[in-house]
Amino acid sequence: MAHELLGQKPTRFGFGEGLVTLGERHSNVIVLGGDITGSVLTSMFKEKFPDRFFSIGIAEQNATTIAAGLALSGKIPFFASYGAFCALRNADQLRISVAYNEANVKIGGGHAGISVGPDGATHQVLEEVAFLRTLPNMTMLVPADFEEARKATIAMGEMHGPAYIRFGRSPVPMFTTESSPFEIGKAQVLTDGTDVALIACGAMVWESLLAAQELAKKGIHARVINSPSIKPFDFATVTQAARDCGAIVTAEEHQVHGGLGGAVAECTAKNAPVPIEFVGVKDSFGGSGEPEELMVKFGLTWREIYASALVAMDRRDRGSSGVRAIKDVPQAQ
Amino acid sequence: MLQFVSLLVRTLFPQRSTHMDTATKQSLDFNTTTFPNQRTDAQALKAAANEIRRDIIRSLVRAGSGHSGGPLGSADVFAALYFGGVMRYRPEDMHWSGRDRFVLSAGHMAPVMYAALANAGCFPKEELGTLRKFNTRLQGHPGRDMHLPGVETSSGSLGQGISIAVGMAMADKLVDHSDRRVFTLTGDGELQEGSVWEAAMSASHFKLDNFCWIIDNNDCQIDGRLPEVMNVYPIVDKCVAFGFDTVVVDGHDPDDIMRGFDVFLTNQANGTGKPTAIVAKTYMGHGVSFMNDKFEWHGKPPSHDQAVAALEELAKM
Ligand SMILES: Cc1ncc(C[n+]2csc(CCOP(=O)(O)OP(=O)(O)O)c2C)c(N)n1
Ligand SMILES: [Mg+2]
Repeated sequence: MAHELLGQKPTRFGFGEGLVTLGERHSNVIVLGGDITGSVLTSMFKEKFPDRFFSIGIAEQNATTIAAGLALSGKIPFFASYGAFCALRNADQLRISVAYNEANVKIGGGHAGISVGPDGATHQVLEEVAFLRTLPNMTMLVPADFEEARKATIAMGEMHGPAYIRFGRSPVPMFTTESSPFEIGKAQVLTDGTDVALIACGAMVWESLLAAQELAKKGIHARVINSPSIKPFDFATVTQAARDCGAIVTAEEHQVHGGLGGAVAECTAKNAPVPIEFVGVKDSFGGSGEPEELMVKFGLTWREIYASALVAMDRRDRGSSGVRAIKDVPQAQ
Repeated sequence: MLQFVSLLVRTLFPQRSTHMDTATKQSLDFNTTTFPNQRTDAQALKAAANEIRRDIIRSLVRAGSGHSGGPLGSADVFAALYFGGVMRYRPEDMHWSGRDRFVLSAGHMAPVMYAALANAGCFPKEELGTLRKFNTRLQGHPGRDMHLPGVETSSGSLGQGISIAVGMAMADKLVDHSDRRVFTLTGDGELQEGSVWEAAMSASHFKLDNFCWIIDNNDCQIDGRLPEVMNVYPIVDKCVAFGFDTVVVDGHDPDDIMRGFDVFLTNQANGTGKPTAIVAKTYMGHGVSFMNDKFEWHGKPPSHDQAVAALEELAKM
């Protein structure tokens, strides 16, 4: 495989490192703590720039709105907590004080997804991508690994406007490098194939690469697409994949409703309707357990992606939704 | 053949079979002791609190993750609540419609609530060994979807449980006109959530003298001491200003804790229309000297050796 496993590390460390880089580059980057600074690694910034770190305590609504006030005073405030509490507890604050104001507020949402493990359902946020994606003016990023999280953090700090980054607690495979491309609004084609497109974000990108490897053994060439930028969304790359492959699988550590799968479905329904299979959590809450056993229980491994690819291709080939013709339609640019 | 196997086991796991004496092994295992819920003396409540503490250690060391500090520190309050005749419930039927209800607003303290419920006989103590494991009823934070007897609501997002408890107290007093009681426990860091004070405001607005709010005042949260993270003091003045009959108690003295509950029971009996707040002064990790008053123990389980040491210390208490 072109993509080598470089080790395992939680994406939250990429966020922590990215913040420190931002602190070095920009004197107006401010960080707000929500009493779990060690877990979400804002502790790294706190240590280096104690004068630009403010502890707000366990008060996510207040922290979000304080961040809006700081932003309206020319600062670049980052507030980080667990995604359950800094994307949804403060949803109204994000909508009005941040997004509607176009306030330059940056949110880091940790402990995303089932892989949080033993803490259980309350902490395993699986809905925030859907919410944030619907907010006007909001940028929403879901990096695939440590290095991409680092780059995405720096990129969101250096763009103007509200932005959110989603990262996880447990170690996940590292496979992007310093030289891998990252740009807000862009998806990356990781493997080129035209039999089926596997479009993923977060830790499910690696699982998609594994699924592609298995599919290749059957002579099926999958196009694996890493889509870290949920909003703005890379319509061009996804539309092209729909046209070239005629069958899509989306994969994310999130509810199957409204997240990356929703974005892909909205995009292709309009531009190039093809069968889509959605890999993700199927309308249920999480639960306690070790990350690995939970990922299996909730159907978040390469096996589901692999099986879904076969289903999507079968639906295409049987023309069950009249999509076979899509492949032959001249490409409108 | 059997001899050979046991020899093999001993060679492979020398520590297990040679160093672990039976006393240690027994203390790591769950027993079947349960405690009655009745007016009693300090000695009996201390014994119950001690067993709760040991069960917290036993379950956390098996879980390999979870919160030691808050649960150990509030064990005496839980002993009084569940075994002092304050809260009326039937361990064999936790859905009994006449029961008083307890809401753990500080959801991360689940291990102490689970241990109290198991020691009341609501479910087998053996099950405490499944804490935080795959498919367990003892979720890392209470999950109502698991139907564990005695878990009235899911919690884990701080600052919500107290409002749920207010809603329950409103249903009991204002709608059903029953004498059911509702208890809730929040942490003190949890007081930083603004919604806690919205709940407090409504408890006194609706004159909920059937509502008892316990604040576990250990002056610790994840990042440090309360005044360093975000000052919430003066807590007592705030509770008073929000209309609560407020009592400060030594959260490790059973008699003093019962004095606090008696203030609540009197308020309800006399129909004063005042909700009660009990500010329990506690130490995080109390009962285990190496954890005592250390905020670093907020969210850590003991290692095997630490658990053995903790259980030995508790056995002597
Ligand atoms: C809304 C919300 N924000 C953050 C957290 C993460 N969290 C869990 S426990 C805790 C600290 C609570 O402090 P305190 O109430 O004093 O409990 P103690 O540390 O004393 O056990 C935090 C911040 C959470 N569970 N819910
Ligand atoms: Mg505390």
